[in-house]
Amino acid sequence: MQGITRRTTLLGTLAAPMVVQEVGAQGAFDWRRFRGERIEVSVQLSPRGNLLVQHNREFEELTGIRAGVEVVPEQQHRQKIIIEYASGRPSFDVGEVSLHVNKRQVGRARWNTDIRALIADQTLTAPDFDFPDFAQGMREYATQADGRMDTLPAFADYFILYYNKELLAARNITPPTTFDEMFDSAKRIEDRPRQIYGHVGRGLKNANVVFWSTFLLGTAQRDMINAQRQLITDTDDAIWAARQYQRFLRDASPPGSIGFNWNECQTTFMQGRAAMWIDGIGFAAPLEDPQRSRVAGKVGYAVVPRGPANHHCALFGAGYGIPEASRKKGPAWLYLQWALGKQMQLRMLAAGAGVPARLSPFTNEEVISQSRFPREFFATLRASGRIARAGLPEILPVTEFRDVIGTALTNTIGGADPATELRAATAAFRPILERSERET
Amino acid sequence: MSEAATTALSGAATNERRRRNYARTYVWFVVPAAFAVVATILFPWAFTLYVSAFEWRLGGTREWVGFANYTKLFTDERFGWAMLRTLLFTAMAVVFPLILGLAAALVFNQKFPLRGLARTMFILPMMATPVAVALVWTMMFHPQLGVLNWLLAQVGIPPSMWVYSPDTVIPTLVLVEVWHWTPLVMLLILGGLASLPGDPYEAAKIDGASPLQAFWHITLPLLAPYIVVALIIRTIDALKAFDTIYVITQGGPGSASETINIFLYLQAFAFYNVGYASAVVVVFFAIILALAALLMWTRQRVKI
Repeated sequence: MQGITRRTTLLGTLAAPMVVQEVGAQGAFDWRRFRGERIEVSVQLSPRGNLLVQHNREFEELTGIRAGVEVVPEQQHRQKIIIEYASGRPSFDVGEVSLHVNKRQVGRARWNTDIRALIADQTLTAPDFDFPDFAQGMREYATQADGRMDTLPAFADYFILYYNKELLAARNITPPTTFDEMFDSAKRIEDRPRQIYGHVGRGLKNANVVFWSTFLLGTAQRDMINAQRQLITDTDDAIWAARQYQRFLRDASPPGSIGFNWNECQTTFMQGRAAMWIDGIGFAAPLEDPQRSRVAGKVGYAVVPRGPANHHCALFGAGYGIPEASRKKGPAWLYLQWALGKQMQLRMLAAGAGVPARLSPFTNEEVISQSRFPREFFATLRASGRIARAGLPEILPVTEFRDVIGTALTNTIGGADPATELRAATAAFRPILERSERET
Repeated sequence: MSEAATTALSGAATNERRRRNYARTYVWFVVPAAFAVVATILFPWAFTLYVSAFEWRLGGTREWVGFANYTKLFTDERFGWAMLRTLLFTAMAVVFPLILGLAAALVFNQKFPLRGLARTMFILPMMATPVAVALVWTMMFHPQLGVLNWLLAQVGIPPSMWVYSPDTVIPTLVLVEVWHWTPLVMLLILGGLASLPGDPYEAAKIDGASPLQAFWHITLPLLAPYIVVALIIRTIDALKAFDTIYVITQGGPGSASETINIFLYLQAFAFYNVGYASAVVVVFFAIILALAALLMWTRQRVKI
């Protein structure tokens, strides 16, 4: 056996810095670590999805990873990803999950990987990723009951009050701060022969539940299930909220509202036929588009009015996750860091495409001052963020819940008694919820 | 046994052997088609039947329940209403296009200036994509901003709520179906009219029959096979109508336009209740099968 000679020792000493450098290189974060790989991304058709498509080349040039971005309309996307997850071999490596609809379902089945481990891995996470920049509420919204974080929060969708400044000013009315004020203002503005209405809102089954929950959030009860995860949609507060819903849709909205989803509401408001509309923040962009909207530049923004006991606006949102079955978790994690990085979140805010999950975009005065949206819009976003509360219960059969309760609410527009309808709907849905809770 | 008989027997045996060898050689050519049929028709059906015996929600547990989904179906009021709405919608979406299609075919069978252009214009709706058609109609039905209520106002008729009222939603959806599919019926019947012989009409004219009598006693009976074909096609189409209804109303307002297809879609793809949805498929398929058999039987009778 050849012993250690002076020459080998010298060579080893000389080579040591190179070895150390190589080890360091393997340990340091590198955006191009997975260059040459290809990943598939599945997101919903929305201004946010469009932003990802628009800037996809930036990600590909940054990382050398090819990303195929599939954009599918919201409802179909939700169905598609659930069926793909259930198949055990989803076709995508990054998927958008509507937290207000599918969070519990995805979490219970453990379809997505826990991204906390990825965040903690310094070799995979960019030094400037800045996880604390994500709003505390959004981080909690994306976290499952067992503490797993299986999506990275992407955006929030608050319900806000849109109002037509001209119609309100014509009657010398200021934006309402309570539901009673709002109803009285709507009735004062109403001019049925000219087809001008004080209010427009969702009446179509399923879509309408989130408008009813806007009223419920203002009561002492606030939620639709209690701490024991039992259904409480037939209580006095729930019935009060249904009566509010009924009077707004039946007495202060255009005829035919019983079949209105958000698109009919948007059209009515855009044409200057309705003075007030409570709905998601994402409609600001089309309303301010002068090519499509007659009220562009005349739209006022305010937080939803306060209820008798509380002041909340309904919160919805989505996160992006990586399927447990994906074989490209590393490249997918890089995609998440880019897609939900500070730059992309700032673009989301500037384009009015949604409310970023990160806090830093709101501090960028330059972008805000150059935005086509008024300052009032950004002020409303900030204020809504402080009072936001989940607008739908975090339960597995949430779509069925919306269907059953939504049908009851629709019936009230036709004149049915809210108490009778809600009691019947609650009795019908309670066994479905109990069964799903037993399975959980 | 004579030599001739032995030879004949031996020949028959050889033929049989050849036939078997032939079949053995060529049976492999059938395998791909058989595989395709098993994979795309038989297996899905067997699997649907199997799944219908489970209480199964996607992402949840799976529990064997036997026929419970079927018994639940027959006590489910919502399913019952959906079935009634489907039958009502189908009846109207078949009868009106048949009547209007027949009338249009009789008109287009006459010679008049620009007949070709008029025929082309008439069949244009049929060429449109159902989802695109539905989206355009949705805009036209808007109670305040839609062109239909504007047109009604021009002639002093009060506005209608169209698909935005539980009372008018089904007839309004039928209106879309009638607009979309009457041209198809017209084409089928026009083809029949073109093939009718002239002799019976000449004989009827000599006997002094009026045009109405000639239509009633000659045209209609001779057209019956074509009308039945149109009836079968329309019935199957109307029974499986989904895209138009889903895009325009999503089954609403409330559940006022929730047909079986919408009910099934909700159970399977909104509630992910695949066991129950499979039972709905099986029952609905049985109903369609029975209806198709009835129509085919009628067609045979008309041919005779």
